[in-house]
Amino acid sequence: MGEKLLMKGNEALAEGAVRAGCRFFAGYPITPQNEIPEYMSWRLPEVGGTFLQAESEVAAINMLFGASACGARVMTSSSGPGISLKQEGISYISGAELPIFYADVMRGGPGLGNIAPAQGDYFQATRGGGHGDYRVIVFAPNSVWEMGNFPKRCYDLADKYRVPTMVLADGLLGQMMEPLEFDFEMVDPAKLPEKDYILGCAEGRERRVVRSYDLKPGFLEQNTIRLGEKFKKIEQNEVRFEEVKLDDAEIVLIAFGTASRVCKAALTMGRDQGVKIGLLRPITLWPFPMKFLNQIADKVENFLVVEMNLGQMIEDVKLAVEGKANVSFHGRPSGGIPTGEEILDVIKKVLKK
Amino acid sequence: MEKKVFKRTRGLTDIPLRYCPGCGHGVVHRLVAEVMEELGIQKRTIGIAPVGCSVFADEYFNCDMIQPAHGRGPAVATGMKRVRPDCIVFSYQGDGDLASIGMAETVHAAARSENITIIFVNNAIYGMTGGQMAPTTLIGMKSTTTPFGRDVKRAGYPIRVCELLAALDAPGYLARVSVHKAPNVMKAKKAIRKAFQVQMEGLGFSLVEIVSQCPTDWFMTPLQAVEYAEKQMIPYFPLGEFKTPYKKEEKVKKEDKKGIDVEYRTDFN
Repeated sequence: MGEKLLMKGNEALAEGAVRAGCRFFAGYPITPQNEIPEYMSWRLPEVGGTFLQAESEVAAINMLFGASACGARVMTSSSGPGISLKQEGISYISGAELPIFYADVMRGGPGLGNIAPAQGDYFQATRGGGHGDYRVIVFAPNSVWEMGNFPKRCYDLADKYRVPTMVLADGLLGQMMEPLEFDFEMVDPAKLPEKDYILGCAEGRERRVVRSYDLKPGFLEQNTIRLGEKFKKIEQNEVRFEEVKLDDAEIVLIAFGTASRVCKAALTMGRDQGVKIGLLRPITLWPFPMKFLNQIADKVENFLVVEMNLGQMIEDVKLAVEGKANVSFHGRPSGGIPTGEEILDVIKKVLKK
Repeated sequence: MEKKVFKRTRGLTDIPLRYCPGCGHGVVHRLVAEVMEELGIQKRTIGIAPVGCSVFADEYFNCDMIQPAHGRGPAVATGMKRVRPDCIVFSYQGDGDLASIGMAETVHAAARSENITIIFVNNAIYGMTGGQMAPTTLIGMKSTTTPFGRDVKRAGYPIRVCELLAALDAPGYLARVSVHKAPNVMKAKKAIRKAFQVQMEGLGFSLVEIVSQCPTDWFMTPLQAVEYAEKQMIPYFPLGEFKTPYKKEEKVKKEDKKGIDVEYRTDFN
């Protein structure tokens, strides 16, 4: 804490996880996130943790399943194609109510796509991603500072609610260097509260079972309803977002991650020219700032959603504003990064200026 | 005075097993549970249930249990053992789980010589889903997806898991046993006990393949199934130890390229 560091986004994320108490990492190589497993391979043994290069993303996520069931703070990371492979395990982990943390450093897709930054995995991240009824808490950083500090928030929420949590970054955030400070003390995993559901030594207690299935008629319905109540609680309590100059805004930009940085540049340029632009940046993509957005829609007529995809978050924005305002979209998919000028042009078109 | 000569092992819970008459799973469950009890490791053992007929193993084994996705047992076991090396970790799997969908996890856990034990029940069929072809279904054997018998031109050949894993340099214990007759059950227990001991001594990956019967999906009576296991299964899946870290017991010694003593195929018949 306090010390100013210069780090690559991926390395900041890995170091942030270790400082937050991560002691088990399993992963599989894929660009643009390779610095994360590479960093973990030497860093985790330093603090008595375990690094494993798994035979596949499927194996990696299941190693996490086992390690989390035994009580460790665990992590895996990948990019879109690998995150797709992990979805089976993430669904099982959700069903078994185990805490895990993982990162998707997004690249262009669908398919093998390319290795350029993109935001095409929004749907996958915010809708659970795998089979069945569940949600994952999704943090979307837009700086190396946040890459380093968000893992701690993810671990705390994962433990609090016993759910998977993730950081949704992109190749640009993973590869760029920026200064950062860690805003929390190094966590000692031995001092974390004891979990009463983990497996291991059954001496002096009843045996425990961790599983995601139940075939007794009606029981799974009741259990899934209980999980749903947990998700509702998260939606009520854990929404995070950043607002910039919303008070007098005639148009509000909505963007997350890398796109939100470009939007800030457009906002500054536009304000210099007398266009009153505001910005809402969701920090948690699920839970999404539905209520807040709905309130602004009472005052603001125009919203412009800017994403590095074909238009995914815009669906949540439309749900939130409930038709009370005009929602436009500007997107650059699969490696395209919008510029400030480009966004300002779109704003002017929307406002017919 | 009456003397108690046999009792239910405390390694199993009181829940009645729901396996079909003549199925080998019940016997294998009892053997694993007895070994756990006899070795005094029950309170520090974590078992992994598969997906398949034995998916309910988490209700039967009287120890901490976890039930992960189809075929991923060895990866889950890896995560557990690395976090809790003081615990004994075993993964109970069928042929579809281990040798088909989970083959990569099996081979790589073995190659890393993870200090875990795998109990692999090979009955050459997908039981729970109703009798489809397994990776170990014999040539010519009928299943619901090979209704005219397994034709190698269309459906390929059965996989011999022990022989395949024995090709790895990684140390450990590999054995194939059966439970179709009482003497074989006794030998199977010996092999299972040895596999757990290998883990307790930190000697690496151990796997016991158990050739078993599935009268229901073989469309046979339990007696016919026993005969089929003896006359058809065992000739294709020969019994014996394929790898052991214990040098004393070796009957046949061979030196591999790296000069490590490796025992191949001690006859268990």
